[in-house]
Amino acid sequence: MPTTVDPAFGALADMCAMATSDKVDETTFCEALFDPESSTPVGLVGPDGETAPKRFSVYRNNVVVSLCDALGDTFPAVKNLLGDEYFGALARAFVTRHPPKSPVLLHYGADFAGFVESFPPLEAYPYLADVARLEWAWLQAYHATDQVPLDPSRLSSVDAQSVGAVRFRRHPAAQVVTSRWPVWDLVRANRFDPSADIQIDLQLAQSVLLTRPELSVDMLLLRPGADIFVCALFDGAMLAESAEAAQKAFENFSLSDCLSDCLSTGAFADLDVA
Amino acid sequence: MKHKAMTAAIVAGAVATAVAGLSTTTTPAQAQAKEKCYGVSLKGKNDCKAGAGTTCAGTSTVDYQGNAWTLVPKGTCVSMELPGDRKGSLTELNRDLPEA
Amino acid sequence: MFPDSPSQTPTRIDASVPARAGAGLKAEHIAEILETSADIGFFEVHAENYMGDGGMPHRQLEAIREKYPLSLHGVGLSIGGEGPLDRDHLQRLAVLNKRYEPGLFSEHLAWSSHETTYLNDLLPVPYDQETLDRVCDHIDEVQESVGRRMLLENPSTYVAFAQSTMSELDFLKEITRRTGCGLLLDVNNVHVSCTNHERSALDYLDAFPIGAVGEIHLGGHAPDQDDAGRPLLIDAHDRGVDQAVWALYEHLIASTGAIPTLIEWDNDVPAWPVLMSEAQAADRILADNSRPSIRRVG
Repeated sequence: MPTTVDPAFGALADMCAMATSDKVDETTFCEALFDPESSTPVGLVGPDGETAPKRFSVYRNNVVVSLCDALGDTFPAVKNLLGDEYFGALARAFVTRHPPKSPVLLHYGADFAGFVESFPPLEAYPYLADVARLEWAWLQAYHATDQVPLDPSRLSSVDAQSVGAVRFRRHPAAQVVTSRWPVWDLVRANRFDPSADIQIDLQLAQSVLLTRPELSVDMLLLRPGADIFVCALFDGAMLAESAEAAQKAFENFSLSDCLSDCLSTGAFADLDVA
Repeated sequence: MKHKAMTAAIVAGAVATAVAGLSTTTTPAQAQAKEKCYGVSLKGKNDCKAGAGTTCAGTSTVDYQGNAWTLVPKGTCVSMELPGDRKGSLTELNRDLPEA
Repeated sequence: MFPDSPSQTPTRIDASVPARAGAGLKAEHIAEILETSADIGFFEVHAENYMGDGGMPHRQLEAIREKYPLSLHGVGLSIGGEGPLDRDHLQRLAVLNKRYEPGLFSEHLAWSSHETTYLNDLLPVPYDQETLDRVCDHIDEVQESVGRRMLLENPSTYVAFAQSTMSELDFLKEITRRTGCGLLLDVNNVHVSCTNHERSALDYLDAFPIGAVGEIHLGGHAPDQDDAGRPLLIDAHDRGVDQAVWALYEHLIASTGAIPTLIEWDNDVPAWPVLMSEAQAADRILADNSRPSIRRVG
């Protein structure tokens, strides 16, 4: 009898190879957990000694739903954009194809943005993956190693002839998310500032600098060209060459403004003078 | 190319301006564009709880619970239109659905 | 509320967990707990929630640890698993133990990982010789890696394995005998499992190796029914402690004396005063039986 099988269920069911015996081992249990079409393994019983599908379904429920909930907690803006019902179905598809590899669930969901990006039914919403990227970056900043950001006065003490050759070390929490879409507006409207009157203009391209100088994650909308500048600095390029790269891409790039943004938000941990 | 070379003097000048600006104000130039998230305290994701009274919620077949291949989003994204002639609707994408 | 410098050397209250009630620590309660200096015996945290590198979770936990003893409760080690224990995870547990000096450290009689996949549920194990040997080896490895005695928690189960050859009690007793580990007696789990498998919770408690118990858990469960219409209780931690579980707890404490007791509430978490009042209810029972318990472990 042909059945309609969500392609998402393939990967995990395959990982838990078939096994047939009344002795229920981990592989049998695991396979049955992720395949809702399969029957409850013979050998898992209720008090009457009979196989008990509804009892087994408690475990099926717990595994899938708890992982979907964890994703919902990490990607609330994506969830808002899609609605609870759609997000639940999407999360279930993701969970079965990309189950966690670590028991530390605060690290679960690194592959979600890529999954969303390549999920054909969501082709009409091409900005969703970048929203997920920004939310993932936010979580990484939230949990990043504590470090006191660079004191801006350290930069003032570098002599004028050498300052162009300064290289900065990225603060552990600092990241840039570059997008062709208005991700900053989308994440504010759907997560951090839902009551604000934010008009989403899908023609806008926004890039965001995330930092966490103390305990709270800050998001700064980057000025035009600043994403190139900051990414170059994070990659270890010298101050002057990073500024030149940004200016090539954006004629009105303002080095002083962008540097001021980086210093005030705590984007750097340290600097090296050549 | 129209861009100016980043001479040592220009860089030094910009650095001086940037650092001086910081000492007079603690907020960045685009203060209004800065999203502060003070007080955000995430709940832990590792709980040893079971789903309450939902022996069927995660267990049914894909059709029963909703399939991301056939559902249509109902969140805030549906009110937005994409640039160009693409619409924020999934109805045109039926060709992507798997054979049922 | 929190110290400005993350590297500041903290001054902490003594690590040992008193024979009082404690509560599972929830992020949404922390500010109120610290502002009101809540009078509670200890807090318990799930170890995996503090395995990030830095930031708010660690700062909050340090602030709590300065004022309260801590119980560190792992939920993801998969001690009952067929495969080897995750060495990286053991290392993370060891680091947390060293960093926060919890008075109690516990994990579950369950599996939650299969090969490289983490399933995020406490899945049941068959009670047979093969599993017993493996669990004992794993507990030896945990106690060696973390450098301290651990407590093992009895599970809530919804199915039994036809292949089991011994009772859960005999299985747990044999584990403590062979590994020297202590036990975390979850009275709600006793009620849930005994109801689900149609056994007497009172008989189970009376036969429990009380001398090995270093901590007790109390929590709420959700009622459901199985395929045949029999009661099926779900370990949901989504409500207050059930009257039947309080009765079992009173019966237990009357014979054992006071033992550190945790209120678990992980789903539909209530306002702090509601959770605190559950802890106070447990404290009253403990105070009525305030003679020292038979033997302290931990």
